[in-house]
Amino acid sequence: MTGTGNIVAALPFPTAAKPKLADSQLRDNLRRATHTIRDKRLRTVAELPEWERLRLAGAAIKDDVLARLPELLVEFEAAATAAGATVHWARDAAEACGIAVDLALSTGTREVVKIKSMATQEIGLNEALEAVGITPIETDLAELIVQLAGDTPSHILVPAIHYNRHQIRELFARRMPGVDLDALTDDPAALAEAARRHLRARFFSARVAISGANFAIAETGTLVVVESEGNGRMCLTLPETLISVVGVEKILPTVRDLDVFLQLLPRSSTGERMNPYTSAWTGVTPGDGPQQVHVILVDNGRSDVLADPVGRQALRCIRCSACLNVCPVYERVGGHAYGSVYPGPIGAILSPQLSGAGANATLPFASTLCGACFEACPVRIDIPEVLVHLRQEIVAAAGATPERAAMRAAAWVLRDRRRYSAALRAARRFAAPLRLVGRPDAVRHLPWPLTRWSASRDTPLPARETFREWWSRERA
Amino acid sequence: MRIALFITCVNDLVFPGTGRAVVRILERLGHTVDFPPEQTCCGQAHANSGYRAEAMPLVRRFVDTFAGYDAIVTPSGSCTAMVREAYPRLAAGDHGLAAQVAAVAPRVFELSELLVDVLGVTDVGAHFPHRVTYHPTCHGLRMLHLGDKPERLLRAVGGIELTELPGADECCGFGGTFALKNAGVSAAMLADKCDAACGTGADFLAAADNSCLAHIGGGLSRRDGPRAIHYAEILAATKEDS
Repeated sequence: MTGTGNIVAALPFPTAAKPKLADSQLRDNLRRATHTIRDKRLRTVAELPEWERLRLAGAAIKDDVLARLPELLVEFEAAATAAGATVHWARDAAEACGIAVDLALSTGTREVVKIKSMATQEIGLNEALEAVGITPIETDLAELIVQLAGDTPSHILVPAIHYNRHQIRELFARRMPGVDLDALTDDPAALAEAARRHLRARFFSARVAISGANFAIAETGTLVVVESEGNGRMCLTLPETLISVVGVEKILPTVRDLDVFLQLLPRSSTGERMNPYTSAWTGVTPGDGPQQVHVILVDNGRSDVLADPVGRQALRCIRCSACLNVCPVYERVGGHAYGSVYPGPIGAILSPQLSGAGANATLPFASTLCGACFEACPVRIDIPEVLVHLRQEIVAAAGATPERAAMRAAAWVLRDRRRYSAALRAARRFAAPLRLVGRPDAVRHLPWPLTRWSASRDTPLPARETFREWWSRERA
Repeated sequence: MRIALFITCVNDLVFPGTGRAVVRILERLGHTVDFPPEQTCCGQAHANSGYRAEAMPLVRRFVDTFAGYDAIVTPSGSCTAMVREAYPRLAAGDHGLAAQVAAVAPRVFELSELLVDVLGVTDVGAHFPHRVTYHPTCHGLRMLHLGDKPERLLRAVGGIELTELPGADECCGFGGTFALKNAGVSAAMLADKCDAACGTGADFLAAADNSCLAHIGGGLSRRDGPRAIHYAEILAATKEDS
């Protein structure tokens, strides 16, 4: 079943990228933020001599999970149910939202506190809650900033990466109810304090919390959330009802597997040795924490991804965002250009697979295949390999296009030495008069559609003598 | 040792000087270089753009052409990576072709690999009295893991002054058809690369791939920046040239 929800880009990538490229403030913010996290990650990863072995271990555990996902999910369901949780299954975004909204409505609440979660972003849960008159309150600072701005996240880990602190101060001053304007400077501590006061009142009144999970342990039915601020833990402990929305690929077989991932994840995402808060909960503990615990296991296209032997490695992803932070394309345009809630290199392979490659057909081409993402990925997802694989699917589905005709013609020429040599000679002869009118070795302006190239660069002309001509003259 | 030169289609047509430089370096070191004329193109542009079927005859042609050689040298990191990394994947469904690829691909070397790893040379007797900055292209850096081999070769060049390129490991934004399909992003990446290159005050920006160099050099030629040059041409230069 094809995935639905916030995973389909409304605009082709080059179109969505255009205004972002023109926004110099945005590019400045992105450059600063990605380079800071990038450098920090490199430093903390370099501290672990066994890093490559950890990556291999992470990939191997995830591959094992993917190889026996159905049995592990059933094992998780049994363990979680035995511990007092209720497990629900959702095939797509609409089903998942329907279950979560019904559960929230049944408590009679008008407000839910939320832990930052990609799964709920993916299924569009906030929109679904608002549609029935329930206000979702994001408690992750960056997610709160985005929510107050009426914006959408532009990064997996740092949803507000496209804002700087001056912009955030202005936003809080205008949109945060009851904010103390005198104390509100653009100092990060002052901004964090304002958010803290704002959220504290919500934590104490909230009766329902909604979370995702970084990991779901099959053998014990345990869910794990990894965070930096502690607001997640407030959500996990104070309300009466907890609803956790979990992608089916989040399963780990045993608690011991966390050993590998709790080393890989913080270093890859924030460049920290250890994240400040790791919370684990297993069903219901009488008299302590939420007494109603629901887990919604979401497929939303993941079974389709699993069926593709090359593409399925995307399901190893632990949402660390290391690939975003090292991606030169992401750095120039930010997350919104990717349309889906999954931006950057992982989004370029995950979104088209979840939605079916017909949608998001420009995303696999939004990469130079430079390989920085694969090198940074803690679970060794060969993103360039999957990008090329998806390009093949998209090209095959596109049928007869001018590009296909050009590629076919070039391949026909290149298949035969005589045709190839003749083409080289023709190109060389064609270039000869151009030398007389312009510069001897390059041209400045090319005709459409090559203006897309020549707008930014001069083009070298074919040489006066090809290499093979020189070789046969000199050596043969 | 039977060394064959795979010139690559871009070099053959546009940058034949790079091929002549490779021949010059290897002959100066006492080796004989062969140029099998049946060669054309490795098929990278087709394969990376999603045209697998169109790339396959080029894979076959490559392994047929170079089957008998001990070493195949090519002055292109991305074409080397195409043969060594992508060919096994492309040939996976075809046992006969896969065996041919397995026999040929490990003997394809980027120039610095042949010189440093296979021939054990870092000083190729070159002289180039200019200030040079080096851009390690993505395929050389992250697929072939060339490390500092090209820089080691350049450091041994007489008269050269090597200067570090800030953000050297960042992609220049070429990416084959990416430069056309995502022209805006490509141009933004190019602008940053050109800024970094101009800031070094170097006379030349060297790299191991003429396709990346055509893109960077095309941007630099609109500024008062360093000239783009394939590092093989620096290694080929001698005192008599300068």
